[in-house]
Amino acid sequence: MKDTEGYMTADGRQIGGVLMEMKNITLRFGGVVAIQDISFDIREGEIRAIIGPNGAGKSSMLNVISGFYTPSEGEVWYKGSKRPPMKPFEVARLGVARTFQNIALFEGMSVLDNVMTGRLTHMHAGIGAQALWWGKARDEEIENRRKVEEVIDFLEIQAIRKTPVGNLPYGLKKRVELARALAAEPSILLLDEPMAGMNVEEKEDMSRFILDVNDEFGTTIALIEHDMGVVMDLSDRVVVMDYGKKIGDGTPDEVRNNQDVIDAYLGVAH
Amino acid sequence: MLYRTAGQFKTSYKTDQALFPIRQDAILLAIILVFVWVIFPLTASEFTFQAILIPVLIFALASMGLNILTGFAGQLSLGTGAFMGVGAYACYKMITLMPWMNPIVAILLSGVFSAGIGVVFGIPSLRIKGFYLAIATLAAQFFLVWLFEKWAWLYNYNSSGAIQVPNLEMFGTYISGPQAASVTEYYVVLFVVTLLTMLCINLTRGNLGRTWKATRDMDIAAELIGINLMKSKLTAFAISSYIVGVAGALYVFMWKGAAEPNVFDIPLSFQVLFIAIIGGLGSIMGNFLGAILIVGLPVVLNLLPNLLGIPIDSAMVEHLNIMIVGSLIIFFLIIEPHGLARLWALIREKLIIWPFPH
Repeated sequence: MKDTEGYMTADGRQIGGVLMEMKNITLRFGGVVAIQDISFDIREGEIRAIIGPNGAGKSSMLNVISGFYTPSEGEVWYKGSKRPPMKPFEVARLGVARTFQNIALFEGMSVLDNVMTGRLTHMHAGIGAQALWWGKARDEEIENRRKVEEVIDFLEIQAIRKTPVGNLPYGLKKRVELARALAAEPSILLLDEPMAGMNVEEKEDMSRFILDVNDEFGTTIALIEHDMGVVMDLSDRVVVMDYGKKIGDGTPDEVRNNQDVIDAYLGVAH
Repeated sequence: MLYRTAGQFKTSYKTDQALFPIRQDAILLAIILVFVWVIFPLTASEFTFQAILIPVLIFALASMGLNILTGFAGQLSLGTGAFMGVGAYACYKMITLMPWMNPIVAILLSGVFSAGIGVVFGIPSLRIKGFYLAIATLAAQFFLVWLFEKWAWLYNYNSSGAIQVPNLEMFGTYISGPQAASVTEYYVVLFVVTLLTMLCINLTRGNLGRTWKATRDMDIAAELIGINLMKSKLTAFAISSYIVGVAGALYVFMWKGAAEPNVFDIPLSFQVLFIAIIGGLGSIMGNFLGAILIVGLPVVLNLLPNLLGIPIDSAMVEHLNIMIVGSLIIFFLIIEPHGLARLWALIREKLIIWPFPH
């Protein structure tokens, strides 16, 4: 179900058709219902936020999108066709990249190698060629290194490219993780709390990078975030979840004035 | 001063990704290669070949195989000895069934059998990890050694139950068996070890190496960025077991000359594991450093008291050896978990800036 209409954002960016659509997703763990009958879409080129109080099911939703959880009910439509149940690595190969709430970098490797792992899905040389470091394998290493260096330049982490990741401070680790996800040249980029635990300056940097990624590469971004100021400034449309249900969906302004959302966040007198 | 890297600029990714981006490393390796290929064979005595040179190379190779699996791909294994045995028995069967076969080809092919069996015993790694996987590979260790004992076809129904290496000829000289000269055996081992080390270095610094290290460091993240964990783990088992199998074939054909099943029992697995740990997990060079230490230590301990004129009996030497190796392992686990290879890396970093403090 390819919808080509799209819409124009407040700052004048043209948003395209539907890239991914969640249809009546329900996710149960035994008796616990983490997500209950939620539908929403993500359009090409937009920044889509998922917000909600703690335990609302936001991360579970992201895990459904990235294929880590298979929904108990409902369908995921991607690029105009229904996505069959598949392993997370297969979903990643379809162009879905993500970062993690608790940094999940490969601590024993350098920054450069970490970002290079993001290119794995683009490298196809056989074991023989790799063992000889010859032909396709060597060309691929050099070609992908060039791509990786573009990302490293873009995120301004040139100075640390050969540092082991384990020695880096928190804010930089978050940025390296973003670099790894970006290196895959994803169609859709999922960010799980990209600002968690950052100070104001680091948040500003990260916001700038997210906007630049969207602007320069045209990458579609779906993000979860707790910092309301950041979410309202960055995103084009927002989904609000509470107790596993969708209670709001729309532009930041619409969501801000939605009575259900205000009740969920501020509480309501009974 | 000698290790100054200033002035060595890289202008392309190709040169930056070269094997030795620093010129001094290449020179150092060239010196080492000249020693092992030319100077050692010319000067070494029969004793040095049999007690140090050949076993160091063979154990370094076995440890490299284990290191691919444990150090790079993060899958613990205690079955190294048995997989060496698979390589040795496969080589023995090939040589006796097809005597026309080139011995070096037979040795290189014997790894294929251990790779296949390694993959089969690697299947549990898809579901379990860490110590539990180690126990699963222990099952391989016991089962395979039992098989070597009970399946008489493997040792051609010998009454002794052991495999005996026949005299093997290549280009008119004996390269294996009772009549082969030590220097020939040394060159065969050196050729195989050099070849496999080169391939391993390339594999571990390329895409497959990154796949393995990602699997080792955080498997969930690895899967979510597009790594097929099953493929990653099973290729690690296959390549690791291949190398270990070739090391096993060399162990019997180029060094021991004969082997009973219990040679491949668990002490051999542990010896290789100690070399990998002391040398440094996740390093190729560490295997050689570890092998030099573990193989060389007993030899030095045997010779040293004689040179110093201290009377000491051989049982005492053996006990001393066990005590020293044991304390070395504890020392390394506490002080430097990344082993000798890491120590060398630290020394190298210091040398690069020496004589300035930073």
